[in-house]
Amino acid sequence: MTNPAGRFGIHGGQYIPETLMNAVIELEEAYNHYKNDPQFNKELSDLFNEYANRPSRLYYAEKMTKDLGGAKIYLKREDLNHTGAHKVNNVLGQALLAKKMGKTRLIAETGAGQHGVATATAAALFGMECVVFMGEEDTIRQALNVYRMRLLGATVIPVKTGTRTLKDAVSEAMREWTTRISDTHYCLGSVMGPHPFPTIVRDFQAVISKEIKEQMLAKEGRLPDAVLACVGGGSNAIGSFYHFIEDKDVKLIGCEAAGRGIDTFETAATVNTGKLGIFHGMKSYFCQDEDGQIAPVYSISAGLDYPGVGPEHAHLHDIGRAQYVPVTDEEAVQAFEYLSKMEGIIPAIESAHAVAYARKLAPTMGKDKIIVVTISGRGDKDCAAIARYRGEDIHE
Amino acid sequence: MSNIKSAFSGGKAFIAFITCGDPDLATTAACVREAVKNGADLIELGIPFSDPTAEGPVIQGANIRALSGGVKTKDVFDLVRELRKDITVPMVFMTYANVVFSYGAEKFISTCEETGIDGIILPDVPFEEKEDFLPICKAHGVDLISLIAPTSENRIGMIAKEADGFIYLVSSLGVTGARSEITTDLGDIVAHIRSVTDTPVAIGFGISKPEQAAAMAKISDGAIVGSAIVKIVEQYGKDAPSHVGEYVKSMKDAIRNL
Repeated sequence: MTNPAGRFGIHGGQYIPETLMNAVIELEEAYNHYKNDPQFNKELSDLFNEYANRPSRLYYAEKMTKDLGGAKIYLKREDLNHTGAHKVNNVLGQALLAKKMGKTRLIAETGAGQHGVATATAAALFGMECVVFMGEEDTIRQALNVYRMRLLGATVIPVKTGTRTLKDAVSEAMREWTTRISDTHYCLGSVMGPHPFPTIVRDFQAVISKEIKEQMLAKEGRLPDAVLACVGGGSNAIGSFYHFIEDKDVKLIGCEAAGRGIDTFETAATVNTGKLGIFHGMKSYFCQDEDGQIAPVYSISAGLDYPGVGPEHAHLHDIGRAQYVPVTDEEAVQAFEYLSKMEGIIPAIESAHAVAYARKLAPTMGKDKIIVVTISGRGDKDCAAIARYRGEDIHE
Repeated sequence: MSNIKSAFSGGKAFIAFITCGDPDLATTAACVREAVKNGADLIELGIPFSDPTAEGPVIQGANIRALSGGVKTKDVFDLVRELRKDITVPMVFMTYANVVFSYGAEKFISTCEETGIDGIILPDVPFEEKEDFLPICKAHGVDLISLIAPTSENRIGMIAKEADGFIYLVSSLGVTGARSEITTDLGDIVAHIRSVTDTPVAIGFGISKPEQAAAMAKISDGAIVGSAIVKIVEQYGKDAPSHVGEYVKSMKDAIRNL
């Protein structure tokens, strides 16, 4: 007896310890109830608009468009959300759901720290306890976000196992959840993990593509020709793609972190280099060796430095509906610098992966074409790391 | 009666878990032989996985040591072939879904049958996902062991009814590793299980001392010990086998006459 609700093609499912099964079933039932509850939706919509600064702008990047000389480029400014990234969309939804379920404690994993900051923010707002698991390596790369989480009242636990990055933070958060379930909601940060998380997170992030569509129709009277977003687990990407999936003429392009290149072992480009596997609660594509041991992936971006990809992306890849392209560290850093100088917008290094591909794609398209690039977060958090990459040591 | 059930035919069973390849496969083989010689009724062989999400720090450490020693899945099958020259007690694998899936479920499970592995425990494969593995297990006479947890509640009957080999009852919330006390009301869960099946029930997670093993075996059909044994292997390395044997004897003695 499989659970068809949790599947995207062959991907997805609920590969988790029995200890957690009733917790995810309870979560699914609560979600199915509240997603159709007008009161819940009004509260969430108020939080989005009044607290998180939605709708986010769809900004015409005129200088960048002229510079690249091809398709017209719009930037979906998720970096302007409260807390500085798209992560807040999902977190406000899950925290509100957890509160309705009577939970008093949120736990989360974080890579770049943006999801951890968003969770700590929601916990502060709702008066909930918050514990964030973060790979020790990432606590160094993203020290500013560690301080922000602590300032917001969260406890940050540096994870010292494995590669000490996002994958290990997810494992540790899952272990913590099996230890304490009754009062605790695991606020998973991406469209990954066991069902119902990939669906719940997607639905809360789908506001991005819902807005893009409305804004694009208002500004241009038509749909874009391509939508680009960076993909780690894939939450801002699925949010940017979702309402366009049925619009077959809109190309959906996910930009994966290739690290030092997909022909090296120092990469996190899962769709491009991984194979089908079962890990972290889901069947999907994973970077792994021939024995199924999960690979120690690498990217300059702590938020994309993950060996798997959400099951819905794996399915969109299988059916050819979305395309997943690799972007290297160097290309991303150049795009980080490019967008800063060109448009006065410092993107997160994660989002810079999508900007980098836009720089390649736009010149190949006619001036009558339109592409949307989701700027999933702002880049303040990355300045010290990028300076280091360029050989400059700055102290914040 | 499948071979696994024979482990429970002579009274309460003591089940010993050992991570394969920690610190090397020769030591694992010697530890298994010492455990069996000193009364282990069933051996659980852990195939190391890079990211064992159901394990506490002790078994995580063993997985890392084994993998950094270069152990591959095919080497573990060679170990089983070697052990089966003289070891007759039932042996099961404990590993994660991706280890089986990436090897190819059909190839993995048929090799279990060929080498003499009686069952597989996959802690990240709950009842709802067992179709990936169960039909292949049934075709090869390898039992897919079901786990029941303190949080299973309304799921207990459904899981127990379809359970093969033995039922692995998880003693408490959390991951593997020693606990000072186990407070879950396991008696009620065991009674619920017994009302729907005669498949034996063994309790694991958190058991390290003889009195804990006795308390758990008293209310069920056996006790499973992993982290405490792995800790001995960690401490003594290649010299671990005799210490493992001594420990197994003390645990088996505690449950022998219940």
